[in-house]
Amino acid sequence: MSMQTQGRPTAPQAASASTIETISGSRGLLQHEDLLFEIGTPETTGVDLPAPKGVKSRLGGAVRKVETGLAGLSEPQAVRHYMRLSQKNYAIDLGLFPLGSCTMKHNPRLNEKMARLPGFADIHPLQPQATVQGALELIDQLATWLKTLTGMPAVAMSPKAGAHGELCGMLAIRQALIARGEGETRKRVLVPESAHGTNPATAVQCGFIVDEIKANKRGRVDMEDLKSKLARTDDIAGIMLTNPNTCGLFETDIKEIAGLIHKAGGYFYCDGANFNAIVGRVRPGDLGVDAMHINLHKTFSTPHGGGGPGSGPTVFSDALAPYAPVPFVVKDEDGLFRLVEQTEGDAKDSFGRMVAFHGQMGMFVRALTYMLSHGADGLKQVAEDAVLNANYIQARLKHVMTPAFEGFCMHEALFSDAFTADGIETIDIAKALIDEGYHPMTMYFPLVVHGAMLIEPTETESKAELDRFCDALESIARRAAQGDETLKGAPYLAPAKRLDETRAARKPVLKWSPPEPEKIAAE
Amino acid sequence: MRYLPLTPDDRSRMLAAIGAKSADDFYTDVPKAARLKAKIAGLPDHQGELAVERHMTKLAAKNRAASAGPFFVGCGAYKHHVPASVDMIIQRSEFLTSYTPYQPEIAQGTLQTLFEFQTQVAALTAMDVANASMYDGSTACAEAAVMAARVTKRKKIILSGGMHPHYAAATRLLCEAQGLTVAQLPVAIDGEGALASAADGETACVIGQSPNVFGTVTDLSGVAKSAHEKGALLVSVFTEAVSLGLVIPPGEMGADITAGEGQSIGNSLNFGGPYVGLFACREKLVRQMPGRLCGETVDADGNRGFVLTLSTREQHIRRDKATSNICTNAGLCALAFTAHMTLLGGKGLKQLAELNHEAACELADALGALKGVEILTPRFFNEFAFRTQVDAEAVLAMLDEAGVVGGVRASRLFPDGHMGDVIIAAATECTTADDIAAYAAALKEII
Repeated sequence: MSMQTQGRPTAPQAASASTIETISGSRGLLQHEDLLFEIGTPETTGVDLPAPKGVKSRLGGAVRKVETGLAGLSEPQAVRHYMRLSQKNYAIDLGLFPLGSCTMKHNPRLNEKMARLPGFADIHPLQPQATVQGALELIDQLATWLKTLTGMPAVAMSPKAGAHGELCGMLAIRQALIARGEGETRKRVLVPESAHGTNPATAVQCGFIVDEIKANKRGRVDMEDLKSKLARTDDIAGIMLTNPNTCGLFETDIKEIAGLIHKAGGYFYCDGANFNAIVGRVRPGDLGVDAMHINLHKTFSTPHGGGGPGSGPTVFSDALAPYAPVPFVVKDEDGLFRLVEQTEGDAKDSFGRMVAFHGQMGMFVRALTYMLSHGADGLKQVAEDAVLNANYIQARLKHVMTPAFEGFCMHEALFSDAFTADGIETIDIAKALIDEGYHPMTMYFPLVVHGAMLIEPTETESKAELDRFCDALESIARRAAQGDETLKGAPYLAPAKRLDETRAARKPVLKWSPPEPEKIAAE
Repeated sequence: MRYLPLTPDDRSRMLAAIGAKSADDFYTDVPKAARLKAKIAGLPDHQGELAVERHMTKLAAKNRAASAGPFFVGCGAYKHHVPASVDMIIQRSEFLTSYTPYQPEIAQGTLQTLFEFQTQVAALTAMDVANASMYDGSTACAEAAVMAARVTKRKKIILSGGMHPHYAAATRLLCEAQGLTVAQLPVAIDGEGALASAADGETACVIGQSPNVFGTVTDLSGVAKSAHEKGALLVSVFTEAVSLGLVIPPGEMGADITAGEGQSIGNSLNFGGPYVGLFACREKLVRQMPGRLCGETVDADGNRGFVLTLSTREQHIRRDKATSNICTNAGLCALAFTAHMTLLGGKGLKQLAELNHEAACELADALGALKGVEILTPRFFNEFAFRTQVDAEAVLAMLDEAGVVGGVRASRLFPDGHMGDVIIAAATECTTADDIAAYAAALKEII
């Protein structure tokens, strides 16, 4: 029997949640929470530090004049503050997170536990290498997994995220061209118009010029357009191609593309953001790839953390391996692991150092933990289940929504907005999903599909979860097809209604400022 | 397989619903020669939690944790105490397993903490505006340099001689890839002030670091003034965020852009990453900033809310014309920073900074009193360089045998220099009087 029998049993009363106003601004379990600066004071603290002794300063007068004035909170206040804020967030641990091209899969808790072992979390990047042999061995093991899974001979571990991995790959291409004496002449990089924005941005960051190539009607690279862009070859640096591509499709002509680029004297950079679709089933090294970054925070389950940290190790072909950045780990004949940190000796052709220290160790621990958990057999199943789940969604929704392309997809299903009635847009469908308890899919990307909706369920969803999601989206899609205007106001049930982004950008308020004195006096 | 919910029965029912015979049907676009039938060779099969935990624990046990004994390593990453509640907060699933807040209606938690983070970073650095984080201090520094070139439309970047060499390398790499020229002043322990005469009419920015890699603190106000007279910007860099509780911050020195490492507040050492890059600038430069920015607005009901804003600077909108290619940044590390800073408060931060400074002063007194030790850093916060006349690598190895991790040998960072006998040592609030006594006693035996 429940505790409820101790008092008066409750019974449902008729009232609509939306009509109830509260004094506190909270709504049941969802607590209202002001900014930290509105509830704390600079004198309040949640740490107990010993009093300074008053030792004579050795700052030589280079001292701070105006104090920070930053508000503090006691521990119970701070815990509540962030706990309350956390409840305004959607998360994978709450439900399906079908954000296409982001691979929002379950983040195993064992990963978190391992990353917090003092032998990993509490070691300094510059302590003597003899005292961190286990860390170097871990990096070496992870490197072996990455090289084996991709079929590539070398890997740079230091890139801090996917886009940083792209930078790593393109800098290696730049360095290889310089070594060939063609650094100044080969500046053109081909990038499909469907590419993630980081691709063209990265190319330009490395001093290249972007030349867009078109997609064909099947969502792949238009080979005729590619060939026309290769009519001139002496200025070609390479191509940046995502595979499986941003339409969730495998580039059928990938080997021919690689061949054409190589024949033109360029290099093939592959964006590995969608590696989850093929891990254990296809090795990019067998496709003619020269460089590819791997998002450990996608395929290998390290958490996204609300926007990072990521980790973007970048694998290289033999052609680019000599130009990879420092540092890297080598195993010497005596069995000891050693960091090569300078561009000399083993690394004399390296393009240099991209970042302080040795990469995202905390993410390496999580990724290796995940790889060991799944093993070679499990990772193959990961790819197959990810692709199966996406195709299941496509099959269940293709009668009510418009698949962007014919045939099976890989790990994500892509729909256009062709099925919607006039006036109803992709954003309305996305926001209506929020009311159903789901994070929206990626919307308006890739750019080559009108009103694109890109749905990536990942392999960590059960069939029951997929069915529940499809039921919800199917119902919204029918309303969209019928021109249901109520969709325009969605979400109705989220912690916030649609936000005014135009206002935010017009006169940006990027930090909290104390209320002006006259306002305080008037209150 | 514990992370895969589909059962064999689910799989066959789903394949039937799709109209496929097996998963192989989904891979027919893959060139035949590249289709792997069997699992990839040379890697082990799946293992249970226990076996994996055993493997990882064994690797971890081969490393010496900073908390295991007296520990004095700094140079860009610092051993500080992180309150237990910080780790609890960042392990909340709603923060840990959420994505970049593209859907603000269901990401107000992340967005409000980013707004708090930006406010804290702006106040800490005494700058007008801060972004929502970069990967780390070194990449933030590189981005600051190329931003200065965009702002001034000039191509020359000048680095101080006391800059962390990793920061200098990362900055040089990105700048040179973009056709900028980078000059660095000769390596010097107290060389930041020399930047005052370095800028000319073609200089985009001078970049100074305080405290620098040798621990030297410098008021760069004069450098700012002379740079501005030439139409150049001052980029001020720091690797020890705690120092700003006590040391003159970038904004008070007249810096136009500041880039720094935020690891010291809220984040563990993690062998070098993940960390959190802090990036702030003057308000008029905000539209040239790299990275995410969180701004205040209202929702359809008129309630205050937060969104990612000024996205027209960014790669997903501007593509090849973006200010940077950065996408994923250091969100969760920024949250750790914010939670720790919230626990400290302004007063607590200052007190923490004082404790750090005092620990370093006491360490310098104890080591400086030894015959043969020369303290080289003239003004310092919690880190300084000293010389012993004995090869630093040998000294550190012998200290290690005595249980003391004594610092960083300067020759690891400056292999070409004449710093073979120089050690850079840091002390923090974690350093005890016993630690300092153990260091001095061990060093006395060695030199």
